Amino acid sequence: MGDHGAVIVGAGECGARAAFALREEGYAGPITLLGAERHLPYERPPLSKDGMSADAPGIKTIAEASRYESAAIRLMLSTEVASIDRARKSLNLGDGTTLPYETLLLATGARPRLLSLADTSRHCLYLRTHDDAGLIAARLGSGPRVIIIGGGFIGLELAASARGRGCDVTVLEALPRLLARAVPEGIAAVLADAHLRNGVDIRFGATIAAIEDKDSGVEVRLGDGSVLQADLCIIGIGAIPNVELAERAGLATDNGICVDETLRTNDPAIFAAGDCCSFPLSIYGGRRVRLEAWRNAQEQGTLAAGNMLGRHAAHASVPWFWSDQYDLTIQIAGLADEGRTTIRRNMGEDAFILFHLADDGRLVAASGIGRGNAVARDIRLAEMLIARSARPVADKLADAEIKLKSLLAA
Amino acid sequence: MTDWIEACAADDVDEEDVIRFDHEGRTFAIYRSPDDEYFATDGLCTHEKVHLADGLVMDDIIECPKHNGRFNYKTGAAKGAPVCVNLKTYPVKVEAGMVMIQLS
Ligand SMILES: Cc1cc2nc3c(=O)[nH]c(=O)nc-3n(C[C@H](O)[C@H](O)[C@H](O)COP(=O)(O)OP(=O)(O)OC[C@H]3O[C@@H](n4cnc5c(N)ncnc54)[C@H](O)[C@@H]3O)c2cc1C
Ligand code: FES
Repeated sequence: MGDHGAVIVGAGECGARAAFALREEGYAGPITLLGAERHLPYERPPLSKDGMSADAPGIKTIAEASRYESAAIRLMLSTEVASIDRARKSLNLGDGTTLPYETLLLATGARPRLLSLADTSRHCLYLRTHDDAGLIAARLGSGPRVIIIGGGFIGLELAASARGRGCDVTVLEALPRLLARAVPEGIAAVLADAHLRNGVDIRFGATIAAIEDKDSGVEVRLGDGSVLQADLCIIGIGAIPNVELAERAGLATDNGICVDETLRTNDPAIFAAGDCCSFPLSIYGGRRVRLEAWRNAQEQGTLAAGNMLGRHAAHASVPWFWSDQYDLTIQIAGLADEGRTTIRRNMGEDAFILFHLADDGRLVAASGIGRGNAVARDIRLAEMLIARSARPVADKLADAEIKLKSLLAA
Repeated sequence: MTDWIEACAADDVDEEDVIRFDHEGRTFAIYRSPDDEYFATDGLCTHEKVHLADGLVMDDIIECPKHNGRFNYKTGAAKGAPVCVNLKTYPVKVEAGMVMIQLS
């Protein structure tokens, strides 16, 4: 690789892991990691969980400043890349300066989808960054009435955290159930139950007609005419990928920056990884997906780093994510919507796993819920079975006495 | 000062598996490797304080149940994201069918 070295745009989970991976792969040239936020790269998952337990959330950095120094990674924070000049292989940094690259990784992540009805409200907040979390956490302290728009993961984790701070919480969900996109019905129902037991008021089928600031807070009017009052409204209606930089540079996008299985864009010098990219998932015959998941951001950052150095390794892992709400953890390996039939394995004390099988008997996904880490080990083993396209016998999956590890050996 | 304490019976741990052992307010993980040797480490992951005994043992790796951080349980070495701080290990011996670990 030439002198201009490797440049990474986006200093989040994916970008930071990629920077370290380049060094671990033995790359000796210059590495620059650029990020729009002012903080050292940090972990986002705690923002909606433990981060909400006090007025001022701590920051869980991915690595201390000294580790970037000793790995000779040039970290440029508070720096937003304005455009890419692909012909010159150089970035414009907005302030008139340019930065050349030999190979480029776009790890620009995603941002909250905005609700236009809330545009003028001072009491409606979104959560993506540490600074967002600071604003929200500071307002939970006085135990306000909180409305959460959107029963997705971030909304539900925030609902649990806000109950933990003694807030009065209402969740407004447009669909008839929670987490309809990513979580099977049986598990969503257990979560809904947990929220009800913990005193959260969930309104299903709720459409928002108007949002208006009042002297004492915010008023949300629903499609059915009912009016709700709150001190604070948090909106969690999904995320959209940060593709504008790529788009302006003429790179292909399709619900994310389009990459092939090696995470390369249609420009051979440019890769994309993490929440911002859409990629073909080989375990499902190349189905194009975009994931918003922490481990995926790490794995793709590491894979992209190797490929920036000339490897041609293909992404082959199984999607995996978790969510924590109250004392419950859910973990899902694979995409449940690939399955046709479901087999349940009861693991005692309200813990269970749903195995999702395709028509040909292949295990394609496994969704588990339980207290603490009750389902973790079996979900991990299921993930390995999924990766191997295994066709386990249904009765064995259902029988908690049969160790999943024994099916792996089969 | 060397202090050997009895952690568990040798056959309390399956091959290529791990169990939790609590002692005087501390928590440990006791491993039995695929080649039938025993090892001991601190019980909690160095990323967030999660019991490693709920995790999965594969060869000489223990994988944390929470976010899949990995350690070599024989050396304690952290083996990649998200863990970067090594795990403390303890000497182990098996005597009269009991697994003993040495706390210092
Ligand atoms: C509150 C919250 C809770 C979560 N909880 C979980 C969980 O429990 N489990 C799970 O699996 N996942 C969870 N996630 C998802 C996980 O955090 C993401 O998948 C992960 O952060 C994606 O990493 P990334 O690097 O691709 O993107 P990001 O972390 O979003 O980082 C992208 C970075 O790029 C910067 N950037 C964008 N454009 C530019 C530009 N032009 N110039 C410079 N910088 C730019 C952004 O400012 C940002 O800092 C959670 C996310 C959030 C927000
Ligand atoms: S708690 Fe062990 S990897 Fe996060």
